[in-house]
Amino acid sequence: MTHNLILQVVSKTLIPLIIIFALYVQFHGDFGPGGGFQAGVILSSAIILYALVFGLDAAERVIPSTVLRILASLGVLIYSGVGIVTIFFGGNYLEYSVLGSTQISGQHLGILLVELGVGITVFTVMLIIFFAFAGRGRP
Amino acid sequence: MIDVIINITLLAFLAITAVAIVRMTNIFAIVMLFGIFSFLSAGLFVVMDAVDVAFTEAAVGAGISTVLMLATIALTKEQTEKHPNSHRPWLPLATVIMTGAALVYGTFDIPAFGDPRAPAQTHVAPQYLERSMPETGIPNVVTSVLASYRGFDTLGEVVVVFTAGIAVLLLIGGRRPKTNTGKSEREENDT
Repeated sequence: MTHNLILQVVSKTLIPLIIIFALYVQFHGDFGPGGGFQAGVILSSAIILYALVFGLDAAERVIPSTVLRILASLGVLIYSGVGIVTIFFGGNYLEYSVLGSTQISGQHLGILLVELGVGITVFTVMLIIFFAFAGRGRP
Repeated sequence: MIDVIINITLLAFLAITAVAIVRMTNIFAIVMLFGIFSFLSAGLFVVMDAVDVAFTEAAVGAGISTVLMLATIALTKEQTEKHPNSHRPWLPLATVIMTGAALVYGTFDIPAFGDPRAPAQTHVAPQYLERSMPETGIPNVVTSVLASYRGFDTLGEVVVVFTAGIAVLLLIGGRRPKTNTGKSEREENDT
């Protein structure tokens, strides 16, 4: 599928839109439907589309597998790290209220960070699984 | 009224898709139908006002799962073979009909959809709905429950996703078999 011009042109216009939509879902999850899980999956589908149209090697040049592994761990680290930080601020584990000057701003910051961690981990793990499966089929 | 029509249409399509999946022998077509099945389920969730769940179902069920199953088919296609259909269907059919009838009988005791006196609506749900806005300032209660009130659970879910990634990497992500030639062996040495 590497030389299909129509697919390449269409996916090149689609991929930025998918990424923008994923970011919208990620950071608008407080106010509308969505959140880290959905955003991570949508973002990974952009890269998977790129891999399907332009080939696996091109996609692995965009995000090397070493970066993927580090990011997957980083997402879990951000989530659990927020919990540790709240302990340092004198709260319970994952008690976000202590993060901000008011309870509501603390909750907002905590939920934003936690959702970011979720998004990063889901995004990279989906890609890790896809690359592992698709990479086996390579000659 | 329009809700009922949409529900009946979606459920009818779900049933048709399920029957088609069972009857079909082409794995590629079955995977495509799985995607359609997930998408119809997502539509049902939207009708039931569970947009977050619908979102996840559409993205994960219809999107990523289909791609992953297609990738799996690409790997295993040569090894699939047709078995002669020799088993007798009567005992499994009777079991399925009995179980289905028991489940349908069980649904008669379930409170109606959206019943405000249903146990699910009277336990902690009102607490979340009333306290979410003053306590977290987040209009989407699903997010405040998921990330704040049930933060531990979500941390567990993220770790589960992470573990799944590690498991896939350990099982099939590492070194490729030695039968590979040239290019992939060089790649192995690079990493």
